[in-house]
Amino acid sequence: MSENDILVEVRDLKVHFPIKRGVLFDRVVGQVKAVDGVDLSIARGKTYGLVGESGCGKSTLGRALLQLTPPTAGEVSFDGVELTTLPSGKLRSMRRRMQMIFQDPMSSLDPRQNVESILTEGLQTHGIGTDRTDRRRIIGETLDAVGLPRWALSRYPHEFSGGQRQRIGIARALVLGPELIVADEPVSALDVSIQAQVVNLLDELQDSLGLTYLVIAHDLAVVRHISDTVGVMYLGALVEEAPSDRLYTEPLHPYTRALMSAVPVPDPDVEDRRERILLAGDLPSPANPPSGCRFHTRCPWAQPTRCADERPVLRDIGVSRVACHFAEQIASGELRPHGVSAQIVRPEGEGDAPGVVSAPTEPGSYV
Amino acid sequence: MTLSPGKKREKIDRLSELAARDDERGVSLWQEAFRRLRGNPAAIVGAVILALFVLVAVVGPFLVPYAATDTIGIREGLIKPGVIPGPTGDHWFGYDHQGRDEFSRMIVGARQTLLVGVVSTLIGLAIGALIGGVSGAAAGLGGRWGRWIDTTLMRFIDMLLAMPSLLLAVSIAALLGASLTTVMIAVGVVSVPVFARLLRGSMISQANSDYVLAATSLGVKKSKIALTHVVPNSLAPVIVQATLTLATAIIEAAALSFLGLGNPDTAVPEWGVMLADAQQYLGIRPSLAIYPAVAIIITALGFTLLGEAMREALDPKLRK
Repeated sequence: MSENDILVEVRDLKVHFPIKRGVLFDRVVGQVKAVDGVDLSIARGKTYGLVGESGCGKSTLGRALLQLTPPTAGEVSFDGVELTTLPSGKLRSMRRRMQMIFQDPMSSLDPRQNVESILTEGLQTHGIGTDRTDRRRIIGETLDAVGLPRWALSRYPHEFSGGQRQRIGIARALVLGPELIVADEPVSALDVSIQAQVVNLLDELQDSLGLTYLVIAHDLAVVRHISDTVGVMYLGALVEEAPSDRLYTEPLHPYTRALMSAVPVPDPDVEDRRERILLAGDLPSPANPPSGCRFHTRCPWAQPTRCADERPVLRDIGVSRVACHFAEQIASGELRPHGVSAQIVRPEGEGDAPGVVSAPTEPGSYV
Repeated sequence: MTLSPGKKREKIDRLSELAARDDERGVSLWQEAFRRLRGNPAAIVGAVILALFVLVAVVGPFLVPYAATDTIGIREGLIKPGVIPGPTGDHWFGYDHQGRDEFSRMIVGARQTLLVGVVSTLIGLAIGALIGGVSGAAAGLGGRWGRWIDTTLMRFIDMLLAMPSLLLAVSIAALLGASLTTVMIAVGVVSVPVFARLLRGSMISQANSDYVLAATSLGVKKSKIALTHVVPNSLAPVIVQATLTLATAIIEAAALSFLGLGNPDTAVPEWGVMLADAQQYLGIRPSLAIYPAVAIIITALGFTLLGEAMREALDPKLRK
């Protein structure tokens, strides 16, 4: 892959939210590390899917990439332009090239704007179109592209169905002619039958307009269908990144394995016999993440060495990138999974000594 | 009735065409709220009361049978110590303690009362919305400096809020001297914190909504987002509050007049002043106090009914 093919490159991106206390003067008492060191690159014209359970920081990553949430540290380069240091005026004109689609189409549309005004707003902001008729022409073409009728222009968002609202949201992003679209859970608020329509629409638009997507979702099937590359996030960091099919057939990271084993198979025989990995406990608090590998408190393959004290970096294994010290041994079957009991995770300074916070008490059996 | 598939499709097409033509334009939120307001009996009762009140206030003074300042009763020797004549055929509400026609005074007084209510609410709304709007925009969209501005303004509002409203009004009235303007300013200032807090809170919650994020990602300037998205979507509770404040403003203005801080020219009738004057003659003719009191209550009720109905009509949770 040559340099020119990369549209977006994210390096060591961090988004930390301060936890504040105090009545009159705020005191920072901690940091929620929503995104904590993410590297990824998105190829032009391709779709990068980002999956992970709720609270893992995938939406924050998408917003930080678009500079809608200011990153704490790290770099985001868009088509060779560094966004994190860009002055706000330049950034605003840059926004024409990168747009966002939101999860809830109702709350992401201003209830007091009709569709025409929603779609005109971006055009006016960036001075696209010479006059009203020219803008109407652009808007009309966009409506056709997303499959909305012309009479929609004078209607208000509450007069549409969920799927149509999402089409309005897509039209708003498209009307500026962007190169990158960040879709944050674009279909999870929609009925299953409508989901397919919207996913197919996104696919068609990519083919006809050469768009680059970052699709954030927790629905593994949707992500597999739409993505070329899939990144799996856990507690603010990428744990695995692989070409879509590869990830689904041959997950390497223990967390990815657990995720994939949760996807039901539509064959009762296979469904009964297949191995399922149940993760114990909840996602640890991003304000107080476990030491070493973030996943070691819940990992059925966790080892007494390295896992608790050395944070794994993404390594190339074949075509995948995996952040696990023992990925090869797990893949070859050399390491066997062991039982993990749920840990009580207490915030620092409360209850028992924080030493109990991490590391499985029962390392279990491994070869 | 059976139709061939082709005929059926034709019929459906024609129907859908008709339906589409029927409401060519979309229905905005305000239009829908108004439609629901019309269907609410409480709103209609409130609106009728207020329409009558405004009508009386505007045209009433031109139609009254006697001048409101004309002391007919004294001229005709009807007013003696301990005697205030009651209603007669010519004087429906009788005379007041200075022998003036009570009915005429009630009608002329409506204008003053409406003026006090509307002007003081507008004063409170204007100052409150300005402070709340700046504060809300600063807190919601302004970053670190914005939070400083917001905190400073809100501490000032907290100070106003901490003072008992009547005490605050009395101090303002005492500071500026007794006059009708003073009453309006005092009552207005008292309602400033309510409007400011309400608009600020509403704006902050709107500023965190997805459509503001969407506008930011379109590249719209923050000042424009505040004016075109945040403020219009935050106004509904403020408008409802203004309607409800009109009712309390009339009552508070009456209270200030009652305490002798109102218009020193007692010849100009105002319901609050009339109520204050009547207390000395409660033993002789209690109805002198009942007329203005009932009028104030009915007017306040009208504003409250309409305000509550508007709150319901504008509540997004009740929208289908």
